[in-house]
Amino acid sequence: MQNNIASIKPMPANRPQRLRRRLFGWLMIGLTGISLALTVSALIAILGYVLLNGLPALSLDFFTHIPTPTGVPGGGIANAIVGSLIVVGLATILSVPVGLGAGIYLSEFGHNRFGSLIRYLADVMSGIPSIVIGIFGYALIVIRMGHFSALAGGISLAVMMLPSIARTTEEMLKLVPQNLREGALALGAPRWRAILEVVMPAAGPGVLTGIVLAIARVAGETAPLLFTAFGNLNFNLDLNQPIAALPHTLYFYAISPYDDWRRLAWGAAVVLALLILITSAVARVIAQPRVGGNR
Amino acid sequence: MAASRPRNLREMLRLPRNLGDAVFQLAVFLMAGAILAIIVLLGIEIFDGASLGLSTYGFGFLIDSNWDPVNNSYGSLPAVFGTVTSSLLALAIAGPLGLFMAIFLAELAPPWIERPLSFLVELLASIPSVVIGLWGLFVIVPLLRDPIEKTLHDKLGFLPIFDCTPLGLGMLAAVVILAIMILPYAAAVARDSLRAVPASQREASLALGATQWETIWNVVAPYARSGIVGGLLLALGRAVGETMAVTMVIGNRPDVSACLFNPAYTLASQIANEFAEATSPIYVSVLIELGLVLFAVTLIMNAIARLLLWRLNRQAGSHAE
Repeated sequence: MQNNIASIKPMPANRPQRLRRRLFGWLMIGLTGISLALTVSALIAILGYVLLNGLPALSLDFFTHIPTPTGVPGGGIANAIVGSLIVVGLATILSVPVGLGAGIYLSEFGHNRFGSLIRYLADVMSGIPSIVIGIFGYALIVIRMGHFSALAGGISLAVMMLPSIARTTEEMLKLVPQNLREGALALGAPRWRAILEVVMPAAGPGVLTGIVLAIARVAGETAPLLFTAFGNLNFNLDLNQPIAALPHTLYFYAISPYDDWRRLAWGAAVVLALLILITSAVARVIAQPRVGGNR
Repeated sequence: MAASRPRNLREMLRLPRNLGDAVFQLAVFLMAGAILAIIVLLGIEIFDGASLGLSTYGFGFLIDSNWDPVNNSYGSLPAVFGTVTSSLLALAIAGPLGLFMAIFLAELAPPWIERPLSFLVELLASIPSVVIGLWGLFVIVPLLRDPIEKTLHDKLGFLPIFDCTPLGLGMLAAVVILAIMILPYAAAVARDSLRAVPASQREASLALGATQWETIWNVVAPYARSGIVGGLLLALGRAVGETMAVTMVIGNRPDVSACLFNPAYTLASQIANEFAEATSPIYVSVLIELGLVLFAVTLIMNAIARLLLWRLNRQAGSHAE
C-alpha cells in the first residue's frame, strides 16, 4: 500500500483533460516558433537573392561611370550614388537641428498640453505614407519653382526624418538622470548651458543612433523622390536641378524591359541594402552603453 | 535698488531667469512647433492641389469605376477597392503571424535567443521598399505564376477568387509582399505590449493551475489587447500607404475583379505610376485628390492606433508600483 503514495495525484480523474490542455499548449507554442521561422526565412530569402544577383553586377565601372544607353556595355550608377549622398545629406542638414530642438523641448519643457500635442502629432506624422510626403514636396516646392530639383527631394526627405529624430532625442534625454541637471544648475549654469553641455552629451550616443537610423531609413525611400528629385541620367551637383538617387534609379531599372538595366538594378539593390544594414549595425554599436572608463 | 524693477517686470511677464534661457526656450519651442506647422502646411498644400479635382468631381469619383483619363473620366473605385482588399488581406496574414511571433519573443524565448531574433525582425523592417519590390518582381511573381497560382486555378478554379488566368503580377503578389513588409511592425508593437504586462498577472494565472499557453492566451494577451490592436492598426496604415513594392508587383490596371490573380491598382500605386505622365491640370489634381484620401485615411488610422497605445502605456504605468 505504501507504493500507492506515489500514485496519489490531485484530481486523478482530470488527468486526460490536463494532458489535452498541455498538448494543445505545446502545439500552439510550436506554432509561435514556426511563425518566427517563416519571417526569418523571408528575410534570408530576400537578402540571399539580393546578394546572389547583385554582387556579380558590381564592378569598378559600376561605381565610377554614369549609365550608358541600353545595349552599350559598361555603365554604372555613379550619378545615383552621388545624388543620394547629396539629397540625403541635405535632408540631414535640414532635419537634424530642428529635430534635436524639438526633442529638447519635449523632454525638458514639454510637460504640458502643447508638449503632449506635439508628441502625439510626431507619432502620427511618422505614419503618413511616403508618397503623400512626395506630393507635399511637389505642391510646396516643385510647383512654386516650376521645375524638379534636388532641393525639393531633400526637403521631402527632411519632413520624413523630423518626427523620428524629435521622438528619439526626447526619449534619450529622458533617460539622463535628473541629478545631472540639478548638479549643473546648482553650479550656477543657466538652463540652456545645463542642457547643451551636460544633458545632451550624456545622451549623445543614443541621440546619434536615432539620427543614424533615421538617415538609413530615408536613404532607401523612393516614393518621396518620384516627383521632387525626379531622377537624372547625368551627373548633377546643382541643388536646383533634377538629381538621380539610388532607390529611384533602382526602381526605373527594375521595371525596364532590358536585361542589362535589370542587372544594374540588382547591383543598386545590393549597394543600397548593404549600406543600410551596415549603417544600422554601426548605429547599434554606438548605442551600446559604455561601462566605466568613460571620462 | 535698480535691480528690483526689472525683476518685477520679469515676473510680471513670466520670463525665465535670464535672457539666454528665454532665447533658448523660445528657439526649442519654435522647433517643436515646426512639427505642428508642417502637418498643417501638408494638409493645406494637398487640399489646395486637389481643389480643382474636388470642385469638378467632389468625392463622387471614389465610387465611380471608370478610370479613363484620356476622356476625362476619373473613377477611382478600382484604386479604392484594390487598396482596401490588398491591405486587409495582408493584415489577415501578417496579423496572426505577427502576434504569434511576438508571443514567442516576449513570453517564451530566453534573452540570448530573443535578442538576435528581434534584431533580425527589425532588419526586415529596415530593408527599403524598392529592394523588396525588386525581389517580389523577379522571385515571388514567377513563383506565384507557375506553381502556386496555376495549381490553385486547376484545383480550386470553381471559386471566383481563383477563376482567372494565372499572371503572377497581380493582387495576390501584392498581398504576399505587403504581408511580409508589415509583419515586423505588427510583431514589434505586440511584443512590447506583451512585455508591459505585469508579472503578477502571469503568476496568478499559473498559480490557479493554468498551463503556460492558457496563461499567455487567456490572461497576458487580453491584458495587452489595446497595444496589440494599436500595433495591427499601425501595420494596416503601413499597408494602405505602401507604394513602391506594391507598384512593382500589382500589375497596375484599374479593374475591379474578384479574382486574386488579376492585375489591380491601389491609391498609392496609381499616384506613383501615373503622376509623371499626367499632362492636364485636372489629371494632376485628381491624382493629388487620391493622395488627399490616402492622407486622411492613414491620419485617422494612426491617430486611433496611437491613442490605443498611449492608453496601454498609462495602464501599464499605473500598475508599475
